[in-house]
Amino acid sequence: MSKITSSNKKSNPLKKIYMMETVISKVLFAFVMVSIVTTIGIVWVLSYETVQFFREVSIIEFLTGTEWTALFSPPKYGVLPLVDGTLMIAFFSSIISIPIGLGSAIYLSEYASKKTRKILKPVLEILAGIPTIVYGYFALTFITPAIRNIFPEANIFNALSASIAVGIMIIPMVSSLSEDAMNAVPNSLREGAYALGCTRFEVATKVVIPAALSSIIASFVLAISRAIGETMIVTLAAGSTPKLTLNPLESIQTMTAFIVQVASGDIVHGSVMYKTIFAVGMLLFIITLLMNIVSKIIIKKYREEY
Amino acid sequence: MTNLQKRKLQDKIFHMLVLLATLFGLVVLVILLKEILSDGLKWINIDFFRNFASRFPKKSGIKAPLFGSLWIIVLTALFAFPIGVGSALYLEEYLPKNWLTNLIQVNISNLAGVPSIVFGILGLGIFVNTLGFGRSILSGALTLALLILPVIIVSAQEAIKSVPKELKHGAYALGCTKWQMITGVLLPYAMPGILTGTILAIARALGETAPLLMVGAVTFIAYTPEGIFDSFTTLPMQIYSWTSKPKADFHHIAAAAIIVLLVLLLGINSLAIYLRNRYQNRMSR
Repeated sequence: MSKITSSNKKSNPLKKIYMMETVISKVLFAFVMVSIVTTIGIVWVLSYETVQFFREVSIIEFLTGTEWTALFSPPKYGVLPLVDGTLMIAFFSSIISIPIGLGSAIYLSEYASKKTRKILKPVLEILAGIPTIVYGYFALTFITPAIRNIFPEANIFNALSASIAVGIMIIPMVSSLSEDAMNAVPNSLREGAYALGCTRFEVATKVVIPAALSSIIASFVLAISRAIGETMIVTLAAGSTPKLTLNPLESIQTMTAFIVQVASGDIVHGSVMYKTIFAVGMLLFIITLLMNIVSKIIIKKYREEY
Repeated sequence: MTNLQKRKLQDKIFHMLVLLATLFGLVVLVILLKEILSDGLKWINIDFFRNFASRFPKKSGIKAPLFGSLWIIVLTALFAFPIGVGSALYLEEYLPKNWLTNLIQVNISNLAGVPSIVFGILGLGIFVNTLGFGRSILSGALTLALLILPVIIVSAQEAIKSVPKELKHGAYALGCTKWQMITGVLLPYAMPGILTGTILAIARALGETAPLLMVGAVTFIAYTPEGIFDSFTTLPMQIYSWTSKPKADFHHIAAAAIIVLLVLLLGINSLAIYLRNRYQNRMSR
């Protein structure tokens, strides 16, 4: 190094700078690779242990079995009860989050004055920032007793209570994504409709919503995907009884809650029980990934261009 | 009723409905806060911050989870911030816009949609078992860092995109290299936006429970961690452990811990809002 310095004094500072530029761009590239490696890591870890799992449990039993007793003996590994519980939470939470979220989006974008909007929007966003564990606490100590007042036959842990809490948690997501979509609808369309004598209701339902429909539906899909992956609320409030049922007042178990149940126990690394985490996690990952891709396709394919 | 009256009535009813939908969120927020405050407020005193968890609710405190959360958050930020900002810089300034950039971008937005418990499973498989970091602060912080990385990258990209081209061209015209332009012009300009996004991401990490549960945060700890290989607990983990106990008194101290957690989050979020406002002021000047 010192030899070059003495023989090539004039160009040296620039050379050093260029060298640093190359080094920096390589370092930054390494940083970008972290997110790629993360994805590869997730897929690798999940599939490696899942393959191990399917060496001991038949994949057909896993996907079609109607009994999940992984923690008892004899263990049965039919994942359908867990999927049923998960879909039930997703369904009932959507019944709450989709209409209410869409309603607030319509209000904020079509009815509210600028000032009201400026106050209400951040308040709704606070709901999104509350940790899910707090919603879990709320479900268990407030929503569940309220439900049991109305339906005394409901279990202490029930799917409905968890669904309501998950629904509340997702409202801000639906409302802010849908509102963004509605705001993107050009004002000229609204003004045209008003000029023809439309009421706000007609403008909202016949002009703005149809124009923004693809993004609105995409926000619903994302919301459902979020409900499927939600963990702490369902772990605390929905119970731990894997069951094929459609009754929301019963105690159930979701895929995520099962994963938590196994992880909080004493599991031996490498045992079948340890591998169930990865098999169920793989299923969860695939389902949510597909839904996220679907929502992106909807946006891309059906977007209205103005 | 004439047709016009009917349509106006319809409009009014719809107005009421969407207003009610909006107020629903507000009402829930008020009920939630009221419940938690009335359950937990009287349990907060100095001993609550000085004591460790105990079998007796009255003697229980949050010293260990408070320190644990602090360790985790600081370490998570140390990992996620440089990697996140570096990635955003590379994607925005270095990489040409082609299929590769596109692929990386799609990958990042897909990662943002992966449930947090899956990151927990990744942490369990890679950091705890394969790399052998065990159920330690390091495993927890690395897991959370990967979880919030996509959020940081995307918000940093937005902030970088908002820097006017003229400023960058000006720097190049003066003979700056790329990195000189980035450190001298681009980063100072984009930093408030980057920090806002990072702080919000860190607030999210502070409230996460599921991934830490997977990498094995323990719920009963009677010491404060001293290094990154120590076992740990955090506020959300402690809240989870207390909430899942049947005794009502434990629910009340869980509420007390929730109050502490929410105050912390509120503080962090206000910091983000303050930064955003300062940034906007500077822009308009």
